[in-house]
Amino acid sequence: MSDTFVTRLDGPSPEQEIAGDMVRRALPVIPLVLAISFAVWGVNGALSSGYAIALVLVNFLFAAALLAWSARISLALLMGAALGGFLVRLALISVAILVVKDAAWVELVPLGITLIITHLGLLIWETRYVSASLAFPGLKPTTSVGPSPENKR
Amino acid sequence: MELLAQAASGADQIAFGEAISAGFAYGLAAIGPGIGIGYLVGQSVQAMARQPEAAGMVRTTMFLGIAFTEALALIGFVVFILLKFA
Repeated sequence: MSDTFVTRLDGPSPEQEIAGDMVRRALPVIPLVLAISFAVWGVNGALSSGYAIALVLVNFLFAAALLAWSARISLALLMGAALGGFLVRLALISVAILVVKDAAWVELVPLGITLIITHLGLLIWETRYVSASLAFPGLKPTTSVGPSPENKR
Repeated sequence: MELLAQAASGADQIAFGEAISAGFAYGLAAIGPGIGIGYLVGQSVQAMARQPEAAGMVRTTMFLGIAFTEALALIGFVVFILLKFA
Protein backbone atom coordinates (compact mmCIF):
# COMPACT_ATOMS: atom_id res chain seq x y z
CA MET A 1 0.00 0.00 0.00
CA SER A 2 1.44 3.35 -0.96
CA ASP A 3 1.50 6.28 1.39
CA THR A 4 -1.20 8.83 0.82
CA PHE A 5 0.98 11.66 2.02
CA VAL A 6 4.65 11.68 1.16
CA THR A 7 6.56 13.74 3.67
CA ARG A 8 10.08 12.52 3.09
CA LEU A 9 12.19 10.88 0.39
CA ASP A 10 14.21 7.81 1.24
CA GLY A 11 16.55 5.98 -1.08
CA PRO A 12 19.47 7.09 -3.21
CA SER A 13 20.07 10.77 -3.68
CA PRO A 14 20.29 11.98 -7.29
CA GLU A 15 21.82 15.27 -6.12
CA GLN A 16 24.91 13.55 -4.79
CA GLU A 17 25.24 11.47 -7.95
CA ILE A 18 25.09 14.61 -10.07
CA ALA A 19 27.59 16.47 -7.87
CA GLY A 20 29.93 13.47 -7.95
CA ASP A 21 29.62 13.32 -11.74
CA MET A 22 30.47 16.99 -12.00
CA VAL A 23 33.56 16.58 -9.85
CA ARG A 24 34.66 13.58 -11.93
CA ARG A 25 34.18 15.55 -15.14
CA ALA A 26 36.03 18.54 -13.74
CA LEU A 27 39.18 16.65 -12.75
CA PRO A 28 40.58 16.11 -16.27
CA VAL A 29 39.77 19.70 -17.29
CA ILE A 30 41.42 21.39 -14.31
CA PRO A 31 44.99 21.26 -15.72
CA LEU A 32 43.79 22.86 -18.95
CA VAL A 33 42.09 25.73 -17.09
CA LEU A 34 45.15 26.23 -14.92
CA ALA A 35 47.41 26.22 -17.96
CA ILE A 36 45.30 28.86 -19.72
CA SER A 37 45.23 30.96 -16.58
CA PHE A 38 48.98 30.58 -16.16
CA ALA A 39 49.58 31.62 -19.75
CA VAL A 40 47.47 34.78 -19.39
CA TRP A 41 48.02 35.87 -15.78
CA GLY A 42 51.06 33.93 -14.62
CA VAL A 43 51.54 31.86 -11.49
CA ASN A 44 49.23 34.00 -9.36
CA GLY A 45 46.51 33.67 -11.97
CA ALA A 46 46.85 29.89 -12.00
CA LEU A 47 46.69 29.77 -8.20
CA SER A 48 43.63 32.00 -8.18
CA SER A 49 41.93 29.85 -10.81
CA GLY A 50 42.69 26.73 -8.80
CA TYR A 51 41.15 28.36 -5.75
CA ALA A 52 38.03 29.28 -7.75
CA ILE A 53 37.67 25.73 -9.11
CA ALA A 54 37.98 24.31 -5.60
CA LEU A 55 35.30 26.73 -4.39
CA VAL A 56 32.91 25.71 -7.16
CA LEU A 57 33.39 21.97 -6.56
CA VAL A 58 33.02 22.27 -2.79
CA ASN A 59 29.92 24.41 -3.35
CA PHE A 60 28.31 21.72 -5.53
CA LEU A 61 29.18 18.93 -3.10
CA PHE A 62 27.93 20.91 -0.11
CA ALA A 63 24.66 21.79 -1.85
CA ALA A 64 24.08 18.17 -2.81
CA ALA A 65 24.85 16.88 0.67
CA LEU A 66 22.53 19.44 2.25
CA LEU A 67 19.63 18.63 -0.08
CA ALA A 68 20.11 14.87 0.28
CA TRP A 69 20.24 15.11 4.06
CA SER A 70 17.13 17.28 4.27
CA ALA A 71 15.12 15.16 1.80
CA ARG A 72 15.62 12.12 4.03
CA ILE A 73 14.03 14.02 6.93
CA SER A 74 11.13 15.92 5.38
CA LEU A 75 10.04 17.82 2.30
CA ALA A 76 9.46 20.93 4.39
CA LEU A 77 13.06 20.79 5.55
CA LEU A 78 14.12 20.32 1.92
CA MET A 79 12.48 23.65 1.09
CA GLY A 80 14.18 25.31 4.04
CA ALA A 81 17.53 23.72 3.25
CA ALA A 82 17.36 24.83 -0.37
CA LEU A 83 16.68 28.47 0.52
CA GLY A 84 18.82 28.59 3.64
CA GLY A 85 21.55 26.65 1.84
CA PHE A 86 21.56 29.22 -0.96
CA LEU A 87 22.09 31.99 1.58
CA VAL A 88 24.71 30.08 3.55
CA ARG A 89 26.66 28.99 0.49
CA LEU A 90 26.64 32.48 -0.98
CA ALA A 91 27.88 33.82 2.34
CA LEU A 92 30.59 31.14 2.53
CA ILE A 93 31.79 31.91 -1.00
CA SER A 94 31.82 35.62 -0.17
CA VAL A 95 33.82 35.03 3.00
CA ALA A 96 36.19 32.62 1.23
CA ILE A 97 36.99 35.26 -1.38
CA LEU A 98 37.03 38.30 0.90
CA VAL A 99 39.45 36.54 3.25
CA VAL A 100 42.03 35.95 0.52
CA LYS A 101 41.45 39.04 -1.64
CA ASP A 102 44.48 40.87 -0.26
CA ALA A 103 46.80 37.87 -0.37
CA ALA A 104 49.84 38.19 -2.58
CA TRP A 105 48.93 35.20 -4.74
CA VAL A 106 45.37 36.31 -5.52
CA GLU A 107 44.41 37.89 -8.85
CA LEU A 108 40.76 38.87 -8.66
CA VAL A 109 40.04 38.90 -12.40
CA PRO A 110 41.05 35.27 -13.13
CA LEU A 111 39.46 34.19 -9.87
CA GLY A 112 36.12 35.74 -10.80
CA ILE A 113 36.19 34.61 -14.41
CA THR A 114 37.10 31.03 -13.45
CA LEU A 115 34.39 30.97 -10.79
CA ILE A 116 31.67 31.81 -13.32
CA ILE A 117 33.00 29.77 -16.24
CA THR A 118 33.62 26.64 -14.16
CA HIS A 119 30.22 26.82 -12.50
CA LEU A 120 28.30 27.33 -15.74
CA GLY A 121 30.52 25.04 -17.80
CA LEU A 122 30.16 22.08 -15.47
CA LEU A 123 26.41 22.62 -15.23
CA ILE A 124 25.92 22.77 -18.98
CA TRP A 125 28.11 19.71 -19.44
CA GLU A 126 26.12 17.79 -16.81
CA THR A 127 22.78 18.96 -18.20
CA ARG A 128 23.70 17.40 -21.52
CA TYR A 129 24.04 13.98 -19.90
CA VAL A 130 21.03 14.37 -17.64
CA SER A 131 18.85 15.42 -20.58
CA ALA A 132 19.89 12.28 -22.41
CA SER A 133 19.21 10.04 -19.43
CA LEU A 134 15.78 11.61 -18.75
CA ALA A 135 14.75 11.42 -22.40
CA PHE A 136 12.04 9.10 -23.67
CA PRO A 137 13.74 5.76 -24.46
CA GLY A 138 13.09 6.12 -28.16
CA LEU A 139 14.83 9.49 -28.20
CA LYS A 140 17.95 8.44 -26.34
CA PRO A 141 21.14 8.61 -28.38
CA THR A 142 22.55 5.25 -29.37
CA THR A 143 26.19 4.29 -29.62
CA SER A 144 25.88 2.40 -32.91
CA VAL A 145 27.10 4.41 -35.86
CA GLY A 146 26.75 1.84 -38.60
CA PRO A 147 23.65 1.15 -40.69
CA SER A 148 20.73 -0.38 -38.84
CA PRO A 149 20.08 -4.10 -39.47
CA GLU A 150 16.96 -3.47 -41.56
CA ASN A 151 18.94 -1.25 -43.93
CA LYS A 152 21.60 -3.86 -44.53
CA ARG A 153 21.33 -5.87 -47.69
CA MET B 1 23.49 66.46 5.45
CA GLU B 2 24.52 69.57 3.56
CA LEU B 3 27.43 70.12 5.91
CA LEU B 4 28.41 66.49 5.47
CA ALA B 5 28.35 66.86 1.71
CA GLN B 6 30.48 70.00 1.92
CA ALA B 7 32.95 68.38 4.27
CA ALA B 8 33.46 65.32 2.14
CA SER B 9 36.05 65.76 -0.56
CA GLY B 10 35.50 64.66 -4.12
CA ALA B 11 37.50 61.49 -3.62
CA ASP B 12 35.44 60.57 -0.59
CA GLN B 13 32.24 61.05 -2.52
CA ILE B 14 33.49 58.84 -5.34
CA ALA B 15 34.52 56.13 -2.87
CA PHE B 16 31.13 56.44 -1.17
CA GLY B 17 29.34 56.10 -4.49
CA GLU B 18 31.43 53.07 -5.46
CA ALA B 19 30.70 51.34 -2.17
CA ILE B 20 26.98 52.02 -2.43
CA SER B 21 26.85 50.86 -6.06
CA ALA B 22 28.77 47.68 -5.35
CA GLY B 23 26.54 46.91 -2.39
CA PHE B 24 23.41 47.43 -4.47
CA ALA B 25 24.83 45.27 -7.27
CA TYR B 26 25.46 42.39 -4.89
CA GLY B 27 22.17 42.80 -3.01
CA LEU B 28 20.00 43.04 -6.10
CA ALA B 29 21.87 40.16 -7.73
CA ALA B 30 21.06 37.96 -4.74
CA ILE B 31 17.36 38.88 -4.49
CA GLY B 32 16.41 37.59 -7.95
CA PRO B 33 17.96 34.12 -7.56
CA GLY B 34 16.48 33.92 -4.05
CA ILE B 35 12.99 34.40 -5.44
CA GLY B 36 13.77 31.99 -8.29
CA ILE B 37 15.05 29.24 -6.03
CA GLY B 38 12.08 29.65 -3.70
CA TYR B 39 9.65 29.26 -6.59
CA LEU B 40 11.62 26.38 -8.13
CA VAL B 41 11.89 24.34 -4.95
CA GLY B 42 8.29 25.07 -3.96
CA GLN B 43 7.04 23.71 -7.27
CA SER B 44 9.40 20.73 -7.04
CA VAL B 45 8.20 19.82 -3.54
CA GLN B 46 4.63 20.05 -4.75
CA ALA B 47 5.45 17.79 -7.70
CA MET B 48 7.19 15.24 -5.45
CA ALA B 49 4.29 15.23 -2.99
CA ARG B 50 1.77 14.71 -5.77
CA GLN B 51 3.78 12.15 -7.70
CA PRO B 52 6.33 10.43 -5.45
CA GLU B 53 7.32 7.92 -8.13
CA ALA B 54 8.77 10.77 -10.19
CA ALA B 55 10.74 12.16 -7.26
CA GLY B 56 14.11 11.08 -8.68
CA MET B 57 13.56 12.93 -11.93
CA VAL B 58 12.15 15.98 -10.13
CA ARG B 59 15.08 16.12 -7.73
CA THR B 60 17.57 15.85 -10.58
CA THR B 61 15.96 18.71 -12.44
CA MET B 62 15.57 20.69 -9.20
CA PHE B 63 19.24 20.41 -8.31
CA LEU B 64 20.34 21.54 -11.74
CA GLY B 65 17.81 24.37 -11.64
CA ILE B 66 19.07 25.53 -8.27
CA ALA B 67 22.65 25.48 -9.52
CA PHE B 68 21.77 27.41 -12.69
CA THR B 69 19.85 30.00 -10.69
CA GLU B 70 22.70 30.30 -8.24
CA ALA B 71 25.00 31.16 -11.13
CA LEU B 72 23.16 34.49 -11.42
CA ALA B 73 24.02 35.32 -7.82
CA LEU B 74 27.61 34.28 -8.43
CA ILE B 75 27.83 36.59 -11.42
CA GLY B 76 26.51 39.44 -9.25
CA PHE B 77 29.06 38.63 -6.59
CA VAL B 78 31.93 38.57 -9.05
CA VAL B 79 30.80 41.92 -10.47
CA PHE B 80 30.71 43.29 -6.91
CA ILE B 81 34.22 42.02 -6.19
CA LEU B 82 35.60 43.43 -9.42
CA LEU B 83 33.87 46.81 -8.96
CA LYS B 84 34.92 47.18 -5.37
CA PHE B 85 38.39 45.70 -5.20
CA ALA B 86 39.92 45.21 -8.66
